[in-house]
Amino acid sequence: MKARFWLALALALGVAVLAGLALGPVRLGPSVVWAALLGHGDTSALSIVRTLRLPRIALGIAVGAGLGMSGAALQSTLRNALAEPYLLGVSGGAAVGAVIGVMLHLSAPAVLPFAAFAGAGIAVLLVLVVARAAGARGDPRVMVMAGVVVGAFANAAIMVLLSGAPDDAVRGALWWMMGSLGDASWAGTRWIALYVAAGGAALVGLGRDIELLSLGEDSAAALGVEVEAATRRVYLVASLVAAVTVAGAGLVGFVGLMVPAIVRALGARTVRVLIVGSALAGGALVVAADVVARTARAPAELPLGAVTALIGVPFFLVRLRSMR
Amino acid sequence: MIEFDDVLLRYPGAAEPAVRGVTLGAPRGMLTAIVGPNGSGKSTLVRALLGRLQPERGRILLGGAPLATLSRRTAARRVAIVPQREEPVFPLLVRDFIALGRYAFGGMWGGETPDDRAAIELAAARAGTVDYLRRRTDELSGGEWQRVRIARALAQGGDALVLDEPTAFLDVAHEMGVFELLDALAREGRAVLLVSHQLNLVARFATRMALMHRGVLAIVGSPDEVMRGDQLERVYEWPLVVSRDPAVGAPVLVPLRGRAPR
Repeated sequence: MKARFWLALALALGVAVLAGLALGPVRLGPSVVWAALLGHGDTSALSIVRTLRLPRIALGIAVGAGLGMSGAALQSTLRNALAEPYLLGVSGGAAVGAVIGVMLHLSAPAVLPFAAFAGAGIAVLLVLVVARAAGARGDPRVMVMAGVVVGAFANAAIMVLLSGAPDDAVRGALWWMMGSLGDASWAGTRWIALYVAAGGAALVGLGRDIELLSLGEDSAAALGVEVEAATRRVYLVASLVAAVTVAGAGLVGFVGLMVPAIVRALGARTVRVLIVGSALAGGALVVAADVVARTARAPAELPLGAVTALIGVPFFLVRLRSMR
Repeated sequence: MIEFDDVLLRYPGAAEPAVRGVTLGAPRGMLTAIVGPNGSGKSTLVRALLGRLQPERGRILLGGAPLATLSRRTAARRVAIVPQREEPVFPLLVRDFIALGRYAFGGMWGGETPDDRAAIELAAARAGTVDYLRRRTDELSGGEWQRVRIARALAQGGDALVLDEPTAFLDVAHEMGVFELLDALAREGRAVLLVSHQLNLVARFATRMALMHRGVLAIVGSPDEVMRGDQLERVYEWPLVVSRDPAVGAPVLVPLRGRAPR
């Protein structure tokens, strides 16, 4: 892959991180940020940079990387440029799983992603059932329709579950349904980052299978892929990675849709390059969206998922039109 | 090399089997062609070779071993299959596309070995695709695209090659190019199994022809044995005559004018 491709992605991530450190309700100059990073300067700047913004940026990178990689893997495997964990209902299922997990006192950051994963798995099965009922398995739009239906169901389930919950133990429904990096802490982010990295490595390992599946089932079988088993593995890992991001930041939609398309437009052709590139671009996009969420109406904070949806829906429309 | 032994194939949920009692071999060094009307079961046989449909009865052998006992990876090393249709949703570079033929030989992480590179270069040259290796798959014409797909199958190596209608949508020159290539590959000792609607071309190139009719084999034999007017008329349900081409001496099917189908 060309050096320019990686340079562009690294630059985007770097700019997003710098903006994330400097911008917010309190604006910090570059020299103040730099000093705080090195442990100097006044205590308020130190605490803003090191205990508020840095873990938030780290969580944003992990969540964005996870959503980007998950979207890249799902799009190629399903041969569907509209596929992504949020639109396929996977994230919604994960959120239901996470809410139930929290209610069952499984909220430790190391454990919660698995509760989310269980919910994501059920959502995947539901989406397949709905898509099969709709017929036309090959039509990419049918899968998305099924996913949106399951996602709406998941949102309703979250509302019902949280309506009777004691409010201080459980995060609000809005946090889950619209996503936020606001609760970022180093303790939690560490686990999210670890799981995303492990899942991402597994997806890169599956890269050749994904590449062949993207040619279609018959071609993949002709070239030596065990189609059903390989598809199941990709689904499993991609849902796990998406579920981890939901446990860390709630529902953040459309990142998995936009990021692989952008990375492809930058020149990624093979699936492995696409996945790694989507990790970098996803991190950059979510960190940048979080800057917007924090600054657009400061001191009030917009939900992160609202920001990504405001960019993502027009993007989705453009994609949809280009499919015809 | 490829043997169907009394094979019965049925699609899930279908009342009638799509293929019944087919016994057919595609030996090395020969171009074996399966012909027949739409829906007669030709592509179903290819699906079974892909492992996408398991025989309800009978078995399929690859190089003497039952297909059901082979992993897809092992099967792909023995037989390269070019399925009927293929449309990448996300374009690839032609070179990368042909390299995917080497999947069954690589490890999960392994890059291209010198063997892989040699196989890819040879395949690209044989199929006549060297001029557009740096192009994208969505920038190719129909003829170029078919040749690229054949190149990928050649990169797979193996002793057998199966193609499902490789010349659909191709003009005369591209069509002839494909048939000449398949003929040469068969002469070099490969087993070539071809599904085609181009009866007249098949009759000129194939060593043996198998005529499918409603899921069963109507006849297997030399082109002269299969290309008989009464037989083809019955199978295709359309008035036709078979004459002999004065220039090349091969049997030629000429469909007669009839009524529009009601």
